[in-house]
Amino acid sequence: MYHWHWGIFLSPTGTGETYLGWLFSGLGLTVALGLVAWLLALVLGAAVGIARTVPNRVVRALAGAYVEVLRNVPLMVQLFTAYFVVPELLPPELGDAVKRMNPVAQQFLAAALCLGLYTSARIAEQVRSGIESLAGHQRSSALALGLTLPQAYRHVLLPLAFRIILPPLSSEFMTVFKNSAVASMIGLLELAAQGRQLVDYTSQPYEAFIAVTALYLALNLSALRVMRFVEAKTRVPGFATAK
Amino acid sequence: MYRFDFSILGGSTIPVLADGMLVTLEITATALAAGMLIGAALAILRGSRWRAAAWLAAAYVNLFRSVPLVMVLLWFFLVVPQLLQSALGLSPSVDVRMASALVAYSLFEAAYFSEIIRAGIASVPEGQMDAARALGMPRLLAMRLIVLPQALRNMAPMVLTQAIVLFQDTALVYVSALADFFGQAYGIGERSGRLVEMLLFAGAVYFAISFSLSLAARRLGQASPAVRGTASAAARG
Amino acid sequence: MRPILALLALALAVPALAEDLEGTLKKVKEHNLIVIGYRESSVPWSYLDGDQKVVGYSHEVALKIVDAIKAELKMPDLKLREIPINAQNRISLMQNGTIDLECNGTTNTSERRKQVAFSNTIAFTQTQLLTKKKSGIKEFEDIAGKTIAVTAGTTSEHYLRKYADEHKVKLNILATRDHSQGFLMLQTGRADAFFMDRDVLGSLLARAQDKADYVITGQPQTKEALACMLRKDDPQFKALVDRVIAKMQTSGEAAKMYDKWFMAPIPPDGVVLDAPLTKEMKELYKHPNDQSFD
Repeated sequence: MYHWHWGIFLSPTGTGETYLGWLFSGLGLTVALGLVAWLLALVLGAAVGIARTVPNRVVRALAGAYVEVLRNVPLMVQLFTAYFVVPELLPPELGDAVKRMNPVAQQFLAAALCLGLYTSARIAEQVRSGIESLAGHQRSSALALGLTLPQAYRHVLLPLAFRIILPPLSSEFMTVFKNSAVASMIGLLELAAQGRQLVDYTSQPYEAFIAVTALYLALNLSALRVMRFVEAKTRVPGFATAK
Repeated sequence: MYRFDFSILGGSTIPVLADGMLVTLEITATALAAGMLIGAALAILRGSRWRAAAWLAAAYVNLFRSVPLVMVLLWFFLVVPQLLQSALGLSPSVDVRMASALVAYSLFEAAYFSEIIRAGIASVPEGQMDAARALGMPRLLAMRLIVLPQALRNMAPMVLTQAIVLFQDTALVYVSALADFFGQAYGIGERSGRLVEMLLFAGAVYFAISFSLSLAARRLGQASPAVRGTASAAARG
Repeated sequence: MRPILALLALALAVPALAEDLEGTLKKVKEHNLIVIGYRESSVPWSYLDGDQKVVGYSHEVALKIVDAIKAELKMPDLKLREIPINAQNRISLMQNGTIDLECNGTTNTSERRKQVAFSNTIAFTQTQLLTKKKSGIKEFEDIAGKTIAVTAGTTSEHYLRKYADEHKVKLNILATRDHSQGFLMLQTGRADAFFMDRDVLGSLLARAQDKADYVITGQPQTKEALACMLRKDDPQFKALVDRVIAKMQTSGEAAKMYDKWFMAPIPPDGVVLDAPLTKEMKELYKHPNDQSFD
């Protein structure tokens, strides 16, 4: 018969903290990882997404290759490659410097870069389809009015495209936090990893997992709340996504 | 400059890698089929007039879409196996790890497939259902014979895309004691000290398979804008 | 007279399992299957050889136990399934019934006895540091401020965290999935040292290409009694397992097996660990017991 013991969270871990403290430190890493990766993904994704719609064929092809490679290799394989392979392929001094770094910093860096790049490929696709759905009309009208291409992008296409893709972008934001759990595979003690630590150190797997799951749900809801706020603030009345 | 040495590939490692690939494919195929079936049931339930059922289905979908796959796998691997065995009446000669993995992936994917199917159903003009009801067909029969077949045709590219994502996600079974293609490749790399080569090799294989499948998905035709608009919101990572 | 005596001897020789089976033995009998958990790189206890097959000193103990089960339960066709496990999931997998027996390099501790049961001790070990000669780490205290690799879920990991807290020392603990990953961290320069059972360190070192660059050093921090792990509150199964181990040890079979794995060439590369039986081990073989060090 299973022995429930919810007080376990307040118990000391034997290393100077409480188990609840461990959980929250894991949550902190997850949130930090998600946010850093998201910012990276937005910047890169927007750039690559735009690159896929410009007239220049070479740029389009390069951007296309970027997206295809990042979307067709599992995130976990990319993460392991970033963490284990990349430092080996760098010039020796740089590679060694990376490997000498604080292990948590190494893991965080590899995870943030990897998650950022992976998500940027997906955002790039959304940006591209957003811009393309405006293709004919808006672009030719803008150009006809005498705007140069970059101006057309900046003042007309991008603002509208952004609002169009806000729904899939929101879901991408929430996905980033879910995908962050992969970082536990290279040893980063984020939320999922702390869940396993708790199971290992206490013998209360149910409490540990329920707590971790609840925290992920809370995180998800918060992310949703944030995106709803952004959607409300940027709504253009009468336009496609206005509710 | 790193000295590449791919000689580890060959001889005793090939059968091991092949075994891993079989596990990967088994999980992908099963989760695809079961996920679609459960997902369809969920999608239909959500449109049902019976409020409790609709609410439960929605809760299920939201729950599984809010947690990482890693957590679901850990739940089923570390905490649930015995429950599973008695619930499904499995004879214990069935490998419990594979059973938990299959159930975990199927239940997880079902939530995502249900969203795709809902979008697909929504893309079928309402007139079809109305006409069927007018002819005296019960809702479920109309669903099965009229609406779903058309919906499936519309959402085929999205389903294939999700299947590719599922194929890639099988790598996460690393958290359990089950060795899929990636798990075997990694293990060989770690034990032989040739991790760099094995990781690059694994990445290349996954890329080759996913890329070809995604080209096929694109060939399946551009989805109609209606489906793409609603369904892309449903698509996940 | 003779036949009666023979019959009596036979009757006495049949172990008390003529009574009702319970716990693990009942499960094994009902399903005609026993599941063993093995490790992939706990050399020489339990690990995968060049052909990806499980071998090792502890693993052979496990196989002997299975043979005994076959004999005593009269199940010659008992099916054996072997699953790879690691230090982090072994207890969970035992508790949830995925595995029935685990003979690898698991330490018997009072903490763990709250969740699982242990058999008679099969070996002793001590924990030390494996490090590159040029790292400058000689004494255990030298690890302060350094990055130490340790396998997740082991007594060594728990010990390191406690040590860092108790001695107020800054340590970067790199918890790895298994022993080979820990050694990989050391080899690639990510960790300054690898803290683990001396036998595991010795075997990893013996098989390394660049073994001259490494050294096992530092005052041994813990003494550990390694034993087979089984489910708690299962006296019948524990009695059987203990019987098998005790018989192996007192009959000299265990000593022979020990020599096979520690004094002779072992797979996959045929290295020799060259670690003769210690006085403690010889004592253990004479008087099998299941005492732990804590």
